[in-house]
Amino acid sequence: MNRRMLRRGISNLMVGLMIGAVVVALLPLFFILLDLVVKGASSLSAEFFTETPAPAGESGGGVVHAIVGTLIIVGTASLIGLPIGIAAGIYCAEYPTSRLTWVTRFVADVMNGTPSIVVGVFAWAWIVATQKHFSALAGSAALAFLMIPMVLRTTEEMIKLVPNSLREAALALGYPRWRTSLSIVVRTTLPGIVTGSLLAVARVAGETAPLLFTALGSQYLSFDLNQPMAALPLTVFTYATGPYEEWHRYAWAAALVLILVVFVLSLGARLAIRQKFSLND
Amino acid sequence: MSATVRPRAPFFTGPRATLTPRPPAATAGQRGSPAVDVRDFDFFYGSQQVLKHLSFTIERKSVTAIIGPSGCGKSTFLRSINRLNDLIPSARYQGDILVEGSSVYAPSTDVVGLRQRVGMVFQRPNPFPRSIFDNVAYGPGLNRLVPKRDLPDLVERCLRQAALWDEVKDRLDEPGTGLSGGQQQRLCIARALGNQPELLLMDEPCSALDPIATQKVEELIFELKREYTIIIVTHNMQQAARVSDYTGFFDRGELIEFDGTERIFTTPAHERTEAYITGRFG
Repeated sequence: MNRRMLRRGISNLMVGLMIGAVVVALLPLFFILLDLVVKGASSLSAEFFTETPAPAGESGGGVVHAIVGTLIIVGTASLIGLPIGIAAGIYCAEYPTSRLTWVTRFVADVMNGTPSIVVGVFAWAWIVATQKHFSALAGSAALAFLMIPMVLRTTEEMIKLVPNSLREAALALGYPRWRTSLSIVVRTTLPGIVTGSLLAVARVAGETAPLLFTALGSQYLSFDLNQPMAALPLTVFTYATGPYEEWHRYAWAAALVLILVVFVLSLGARLAIRQKFSLND
Repeated sequence: MSATVRPRAPFFTGPRATLTPRPPAATAGQRGSPAVDVRDFDFFYGSQQVLKHLSFTIERKSVTAIIGPSGCGKSTFLRSINRLNDLIPSARYQGDILVEGSSVYAPSTDVVGLRQRVGMVFQRPNPFPRSIFDNVAYGPGLNRLVPKRDLPDLVERCLRQAALWDEVKDRLDEPGTGLSGGQQQRLCIARALGNQPELLLMDEPCSALDPIATQKVEELIFELKREYTIIIVTHNMQQAARVSDYTGFFDRGELIEFDGTERIFTTPAHERTEAYITGRFG
């Protein structure tokens, strides 16, 4: 009887500790969101989503240029980075004994640990300095470079989870190796690969440092990849460090919008993938 | 009901194949040449020899059971026939195996073509996470064995042959992974039949199934041998006795004895065979 009570006591204690850990992990997140909503939501208006900024000193205006800029820059970065990262991840998972895999994995791990500002400097030196002007494309390249190792590693880990028996089943049916990889292994893990890609997209969407001296930022709505372009993180940075009280409020609002954009993007992609591949659930 | 079958791609690639096409399937059933001819076959994992000088033949449209204690090389032998061991980097072999007269290990052998002609059923049911229909249709669809419009007929025939049709005919678009274990295994058999193989390899197909599902699969094997040559690896000696015409006893990589099943189980020639089937070791 005594032992049983002791066991129950320890069990309750451990469950309590775990709940405590979850609360500690979630509290900062909650306060960040709360702060953003409290300080940012009041500045949100229809105008905020449709107008470009008012000239300095005047009130009003919005951040549509930064929303569009973020979508373009992150979209282009995804177009470059996701295919490369996913393809390399498939290679690493399907040919684990190859020497190239060892090198790729090592480089990806090093790249994953590289501070994003270093990647920004790299993009500046290779693209901005040679072209002699700032451009959204340089920003996209920097973000793509950040995405590749993240996507590569998550793709690889996801594919490794596919049981070998499934591979053997396909090979024994006379599937060529490449077809086994693509139509069985990759299709089976597609939801996981999409999740990994979304995490990478969400992470780079909030990156500021690599964009500082590549996309640079701009006050105008621009669709030209070859010109400087605004982005939400840059706008937050500019407004937050600016001298005007109204700018500070706009910085909060822009940060809230940034989170909303990321949220909508990942929610939409998740729903789309779930509908298309509900069979796998 | 019956789908028109296109001629299969020749087993050999290269110019010789066009000059001497494989004899048509009509010759199957002749007693002249064996379905599988194992010729002094050795197999190694690294320096460890797993199969030793195997030499025997397997008759067409018969069920051959391979029995033996764990680690005796039964599965390795089975996976040598469709070259699934190729996936293991340290694997080496000597000698050859002929399937319907074509070499499995000749340098000119098209491994993908070989695996289309040799179906395999695994120890654990491993359906693709796709619909029941797709599971059966993917092999023949990929290998273009029949025109696309004939695929539904072929799928129905294979599922009927695998004694699964009545249980799944109303839900062909549901995932194959949602079936019960026994149904999944029969789906995997149907999938293997989809390629219209000449030879069916079964690696302990009932070891993950309950007795009722096992009985169904065994009845199925009995039915299938009218059209297919079957090699089945099993740990279950009653099963070997029930379903097979011939039995081979493996021990430590060697074929100790190969004979008619009844003879093996009543009057085995070797002491080790007798010791194993009477349960004294293994």
